[in-house]
Amino acid sequence: MKTEDTQTESYICDSIITSANRWDHFLARFGWRRSHHRVKPGLYKLGNPTQESLVFVSANYTLSFDVLRSSLKGIDCYILVLDTKGINVWCAAGKGTFGTDELVHRIEMTKLSEVVKHRTIILPQLGAPGVCAYEVRKRSGFKVEYGPVRALDLPKYLETRTANAEMRRVRFNLKDRLVLIPVENKAFLFIMIVVIFTGLFTQDIWKSLQIFGTLITGLVLFPILLPWIPTRDFTTKGFLLGGVAVIMIYSLPSYLMNGIVGGALVFETLINMLIMTPVVAYLALNFTGSTTFTSRTGVKREIFKYIPILAVMIISGIVLSVIRS
Amino acid sequence: MLMKILQKTAKNKLINTLEYKPELCINCGMCSTVCPHGVFQPGKDTAQMVRFEACMECGACQLNCSVNAIKVESGEGCANAMILAALKIRKEACCGESCCEK
Repeated sequence: MKTEDTQTESYICDSIITSANRWDHFLARFGWRRSHHRVKPGLYKLGNPTQESLVFVSANYTLSFDVLRSSLKGIDCYILVLDTKGINVWCAAGKGTFGTDELVHRIEMTKLSEVVKHRTIILPQLGAPGVCAYEVRKRSGFKVEYGPVRALDLPKYLETRTANAEMRRVRFNLKDRLVLIPVENKAFLFIMIVVIFTGLFTQDIWKSLQIFGTLITGLVLFPILLPWIPTRDFTTKGFLLGGVAVIMIYSLPSYLMNGIVGGALVFETLINMLIMTPVVAYLALNFTGSTTFTSRTGVKREIFKYIPILAVMIISGIVLSVIRS
Repeated sequence: MLMKILQKTAKNKLINTLEYKPELCINCGMCSTVCPHGVFQPGKDTAQMVRFEACMECGACQLNCSVNAIKVESGEGCANAMILAALKIRKEACCGESCCEK
């Protein structure tokens, strides 16, 4: 027997984003206690809603909830928050937690049909991969209206209750890419450990810095430069960027600072290319999971096409470097 | 002629798994509404698939089409999970509930 069969008390919220909220968003982006950034699921009152007021639906990730309520400034309405386990709308929709069952369940639990007279709920468009609108209508009596992709477009949307094509498109511009860089915070922590250990082991700070530079190329430079790097596959983009990085971080300093030239420089560059460009290519491939446009089929194809090549390159590089020493 | 169609289908399958049957479409407009990349646009009698190559296989169109005119293999496309699944280290391509933390 479930402990919460009904949840008819509603919560209050406002449209103000405090500095505590902003700090919470910052921590969430950097993965600090990532699963803790949640609000309680249930029905929230924004302003002074009546039985005629609009009902908006959100995920219970603080960032999702906050961007919705702050975009609805001055509007009296209800916000129905689903339990998406602290995950944002689009990812939760893909997983199914921002989904038909949870939506119907939450409508039942909050007795929404007794709170408002109308039968419309406004969902973020990116909830659609998880929500079957016609099934929600059948099971709950509520009609799903898909609002715009971005909550910020809601005031404009609400003027006509229609969205233009631009409001229904997802973009992936520089700012969007920048905020996703800290998602790989665990990888970044791992890098720092590798860098520190290399430094302690080889007693050579320069070597540490070189490894750091290569890994930062994959984790930070790649997301930034993504649309400007040639080729369509992320792995090949990573190879190209990694190749340039090896030359800038290893070959050029070897030539300029240590005067290494000719066959020795070529051999050294070869080894570094064999080991380091696959690392950058792998980090690039991994970034597909953070983008808004790569397909499952495309990622699968890249894995089967390139991972064996990456493995062979790294092994060859290690073998050659063992031979060299 | 048949060869050309077969080759195009094979090539498309490498890009994505989206399949649309306009003969089933009842012109409700949902696919055009929910698609984040404008793959479908409203048409006179049926939806028009105008940007096949832009499909990211999120499945929103398939889920919201009440007459099953659209098929696509949606699911998680996390590179790490798929690599582990391919190496048979994991059974399915998913890291579990705790992952997907964006």
